[in-house]
Amino acid sequence: MKFKDSLIALIVLGICLVWAVIDGGAASQGIGSALRLMTPLLLACLAGLYSERAGVFDIGLEGKMLMAAFTAASVAYLTGSAWLGLLAGIGGSLALSLVHGLASITFRGNQLIAGVAINFLASGLTVLVGQNAFGLGGRTPALTGAGRFQPITLPFADALRDVPVVGPIYSGLISGNTILVYVALLLVPVTWWVLFRTRFGLRLRAVGENPASVDTAGVSVTRLRYAAVAICGILCGIAGAYLATGLSAGFVKEMTAGRGFIALAALIFAKWRPWQALFATFLFGLLEAIANLYPNLDLGFITIPSMFMNALPYILTVIILAGFVGRAIPPRAGGEPYVKER
Amino acid sequence: MTAASDMMGGRSATTAPAAIELRGISKAFGPVQANRNINLSVPKGTIHGIIGENGAGKSTLMSILYGFYKPDSGQVLVNGQPITIADSQTAIRAGIGMVFQHFKLVQNFTVLENIILGVEDGALLRPSLSKARGVLKQLATEYQLNVDPDETIENLSVGHQQRVEILKALYRQADILILDEPTGVLTPAEADHLFRILEGLRDEGKTIILITHKLREIMDITDNVSVMRRGEMVASVKTAETSPEHLAELMVGRKVLLNVEKTPATPKAPILEVRNLTMTDIEGVERLRGIDLNIRAGEILGLAGVSGNGQTTLLEILGGYPPKGSKVGGEIRMNGAPLPIGGRGCDAAQRRRSGIGHIPEDRQVEGLIMDFAAWENVAFGWQDAPEFTKGMLMDNAAIRADAAAKMERFDVRPRNPNLAARNFSGGNQQKIVVAREIERNPDLLLIGQPTRGVDIGAIEFIHKQIVALRDAGKAILLVSVELDEILALSDRIAVMFDGRIMGERLPGNTTTGELGLLMAGVTDTDHTPENAGIPPGTAHVDDLPQEPV
Repeated sequence: MKFKDSLIALIVLGICLVWAVIDGGAASQGIGSALRLMTPLLLACLAGLYSERAGVFDIGLEGKMLMAAFTAASVAYLTGSAWLGLLAGIGGSLALSLVHGLASITFRGNQLIAGVAINFLASGLTVLVGQNAFGLGGRTPALTGAGRFQPITLPFADALRDVPVVGPIYSGLISGNTILVYVALLLVPVTWWVLFRTRFGLRLRAVGENPASVDTAGVSVTRLRYAAVAICGILCGIAGAYLATGLSAGFVKEMTAGRGFIALAALIFAKWRPWQALFATFLFGLLEAIANLYPNLDLGFITIPSMFMNALPYILTVIILAGFVGRAIPPRAGGEPYVKER
Repeated sequence: MTAASDMMGGRSATTAPAAIELRGISKAFGPVQANRNINLSVPKGTIHGIIGENGAGKSTLMSILYGFYKPDSGQVLVNGQPITIADSQTAIRAGIGMVFQHFKLVQNFTVLENIILGVEDGALLRPSLSKARGVLKQLATEYQLNVDPDETIENLSVGHQQRVEILKALYRQADILILDEPTGVLTPAEADHLFRILEGLRDEGKTIILITHKLREIMDITDNVSVMRRGEMVASVKTAETSPEHLAELMVGRKVLLNVEKTPATPKAPILEVRNLTMTDIEGVERLRGIDLNIRAGEILGLAGVSGNGQTTLLEILGGYPPKGSKVGGEIRMNGAPLPIGGRGCDAAQRRRSGIGHIPEDRQVEGLIMDFAAWENVAFGWQDAPEFTKGMLMDNAAIRADAAAKMERFDVRPRNPNLAARNFSGGNQQKIVVAREIERNPDLLLIGQPTRGVDIGAIEFIHKQIVALRDAGKAILLVSVELDEILALSDRIAVMFDGRIMGERLPGNTTTGELGLLMAGVTDTDHTPENAGIPPGTAHVDDLPQEPV
């Protein structure tokens, strides 16, 4: 990996280190929080990565996550099972993915417009159905017990708690998260492996760069793109389910709060690569965690208001999308429906 | 003579079936008949050239062979077996490999990754990659196909990228290799290397189909050649028994003589002077190699040539829009004043201000915006003219009225200025462009293929307009691949070949045979018996119709 490629990782680790030196206790707490806040971003970012690497731009990540959060929370509440909720979340998100696939692959529509439509659809549908079903103004009832994903204590977490340095990191950070956090982290190397070490990954990347090469090699462009869009749906489903049944305890209107778009920004920041996606989304998680921990950051000579702190992730998004962090070259065939030429 | 050697080609003395046989293939795209009743037989172990102009249907025919299109009727036989090629996978399995004109490579993949794409041996890449590496090494020594397997495609030269395409086909164990215009993007040295590779492949028993519009290539390396014209296979001959001028004539076709009434020209002062115009394109290929031209007021200079010999480039440069990334040298003078040939100030608007009108070769791409209404199209290029504007706004009413008047004078049907350009027939689309350019009364009119895809009535009308403009004392540069059109309209004829002007003739003092020779790149000095001694028509010709229907 070239130095430039590991820049994000260095920035993120640098921030963590400085924070730990200044205020060890708060840093441990904050970094743990950042990890949890990163999880939905990371899942959505990887979701987008599959789709866009296959040449299907997807600005409907937000809508799919929102739909998944709603279906997951509803089913988890009705059944009392977070796992069934997860399945429902994946189902809800997949349904929207299918819409996106139909519009942009089969009917060769505009991928951006299809994505916008999905966002609107999810935004309206969740509140409408939620109000109709639960009468709580678009919310779902609060989830308790098995309706939520609970933190898992890893082995030896308690025994190692008092060991210096290793103790807080293992017990406080690594242990004690819900299963979906570990799933998201595990998906990073898995995605890398799938993309760069398997036949499916080779074809997926090829179809996003030059679908004609895949077509003339006798492989179906349509099938590959549908597969990618479906994977995107599944990962968005997990992300949404985590939001509603892991991070929070139920669905709230517009609870994704732009995370789908932040994930897209992180994807560009990461230049459509899985490891970089991990660090990029962690940076966003970190900013969010800092804002939560220090609502009014007092720097001695000036106090930064909370509104500014809360806006940090969005400001970073704008900076990234405006191209201030170097040119990111998207997959060459991205956004273009494939039409066989003469 | 055995039956087998009677079959054209006849390199093998066995009675083996042809590698490829097509029987009565037809394919239409909407109203356009791209292929009509094509018969073709390609013997095993030969290089077979298919030659024809752009749009003659060569690429469509090959796309049918590669499973991109389903023929409307007809039969394909591979090695004597009837086969339905439904998709590329079937073609690959039948041993057909295709090297497209525009490479189908993934730019940021390595050579190896491109080669295994679609024919991986399992779900994991590593074993396939190492196998391909071994096969590649073997192919490299066998056929002089050296490429670094770990290099990324975008870092390779065009010639090397083409080798990767050939290697892709060979890796898929293709026995029949189809190359579509393979030398279009190559330098002469690269082209020569390619030919050596192809000869090596043939000597190993592979069958090669070479699609091209370049006569030199056909003469250099093919064993047999088939000529296509307007969707039909007009002849199949042994290369050794034909000559470039005969092929040129077959390609261009001999139509009923066009009759244009015109008086002898009375040329006056020179309008356009072109001196030593050169152009090197973005790939580094020289497209124009020193063009010298003079056109005087009141004359039509006809520029003949097989398409793809630099005429398009010349028109683009004269029109003010040289291809992106190209280097242009030389001098262009209009009414004595030099015109910019590149950079700032060199654009179509500037040319128009200098008094140049341009009817581009491709009306659907350069001449019109197909989704815009006729009245908008008639105004293009002149939208800033004072009579079309009211302050900062367009005066749509004035433009509409102007368009309606022009459509009336040029008999555009239907006479509805609000109709989108795409809804007019080819001939009427062309009349819209012709009306726009001629009615502006340019000092010099550039015309590219004025009657391509235009019905006979419109052809006559457009020809009359061109002659009328000449009689009004304007200079006209007419570029056409239709020899008859050139002969009927021109006051002088220049022939272009491979980026050069091969010579100038007067229409009364020349023959199609002589022009055909020039179009094939044969000048008087190398007018040797072996490529000029055979009069057209004596070479063996299939029992297919020679004249267009």
